[in-house]
Amino acid sequence: MSLMLEISHIDVFYGDVQVLWDVSFEVKKGEIVALIGANGSGKTTTLATISSLLRPRKGSVTYEGEPIHTREPHDMVSLGIAHVPEARRLFPEMSVKENLLVGALAPEAKKARPEMLEKVFTIFPRLKERENQAAGTLSGGEQQMAAMARGLMSKPRLLMLDEPSLGLSPLLVGEIFRVIQEVHEQGVTVLLVEQNVFKTLSIADRAYVLENGRVVLEGTGKDLLANDHVKKAYLGL
Amino acid sequence: MSLLELSDVTKRFGGLQAVGHLSFRLEKGEILGLIGPNGAGKTTVFNVINGYYAPTGGEIRFKGERIDGKKPHEVCHLGLARTFQVVKPLARLSVLDNVMVSAFAKTSDRAAARTVALESIAFTGMDSWRDQPAGSLPLGMRKRLEMARALATKPELLLLDENFAGLNPSEVDATMGIVRKIHGSGVTILVIEHNMRVIMSISHRVLAINYGEKLAEGTPEQVANDPKVVEAYLGVAHA
Repeated sequence: MSLMLEISHIDVFYGDVQVLWDVSFEVKKGEIVALIGANGSGKTTTLATISSLLRPRKGSVTYEGEPIHTREPHDMVSLGIAHVPEARRLFPEMSVKENLLVGALAPEAKKARPEMLEKVFTIFPRLKERENQAAGTLSGGEQQMAAMARGLMSKPRLLMLDEPSLGLSPLLVGEIFRVIQEVHEQGVTVLLVEQNVFKTLSIADRAYVLENGRVVLEGTGKDLLANDHVKKAYLGL
Repeated sequence: MSLLELSDVTKRFGGLQAVGHLSFRLEKGEILGLIGPNGAGKTTVFNVINGYYAPTGGEIRFKGERIDGKKPHEVCHLGLARTFQVVKPLARLSVLDNVMVSAFAKTSDRAAARTVALESIAFTGMDSWRDQPAGSLPLGMRKRLEMARALATKPELLLLDENFAGLNPSEVDATMGIVRKIHGSGVTILVIEHNMRVIMSISHRVLAINYGEKLAEGTPEQVANDPKVVEAYLGVAHA
């Protein structure tokens, strides 16, 4: 498998406070890679750095052979990277459909709007039911679906998901993980940040464990599920 | 007399019924779990209880007194506090200042508010975050800050809205410990939560709703095995 994303020795700061220390990892084309770690370990910061929302003070982010840590956040979508942020960040006054269309503003995605809209409505029928409703009036779970659907509207090659199962009922958590696998089977590479560690490691090809802003463990999902430290610190076993 | 009693409570938004003819009681000293599918109306139930919305119909009593139609700050003064699912701390203020703002609900003395706030922060295990701006906290810690803020108002009844979201299983265990400690200090708790491990282990009783109406009520085992709950909410049995 060819390398899609390479994070190489990045240090990231918020002001004077360093939150990522010499973080390196890679995502190969076609993989599902997971980042797991405690609250405050740097997972969301890592995704924000890949999206160029934050600049690494040291190190580099390379995507499909090209350094992207010097690019702007709005360049990411046309590069084929979609970032579905934690806590959804929808436009609350706009309708569900309008929110989804905003996900497809890059020229290539814009052309494919009707077909993509139909596709995400097939994956999330609830959104079709509510397409004309203001996004801010959706329930938490429905907002999460809309955020994921908006990410898919850009036809990404790399989909970065920050806690997609947050606030969802057990039934919908199962559903979201099913959707992630479905999207993955259609050829999208996935970088997944999740607190549902068990389900995440079960579907991930590989995973990295972040602690206090450093990568402390890596392995296949299966290996990490069996790892004593992961069991104790993250699975509560 | 029940600590909290909802009788035939309905809340409509235009033509949409978010809560329909819902009745339930909460006894002093209980932990009642509130579960239901996304969009079932759980947070709306909290919003009518704490006065964020006036119900369209029905009655809500707290310690025997009608509270439906009262303002949120009036309900808070009676001893009923809540956390918010979508956390909105004062982002540029420190954790301590955020909690002090809540403590001012019950005192206008600055030193007293600081003392209460420090207690709440210690109680919720947030000491090491005390001086951080609230906006810099990771989501799981912001959820915990919500608990500290609510506690600083010295509630008799605490409504927790998804305070376990965004936590990994080990962090969930730690937060369950905090909730048990709050309960142990004499606070009655109504908790909305999707994490069934939490619901099954901390609730004395569970109420499941769907489309704003009661779907099932009983012990955690009864509710988790109820076919209607399994179908609408769980997908698979969790008991």
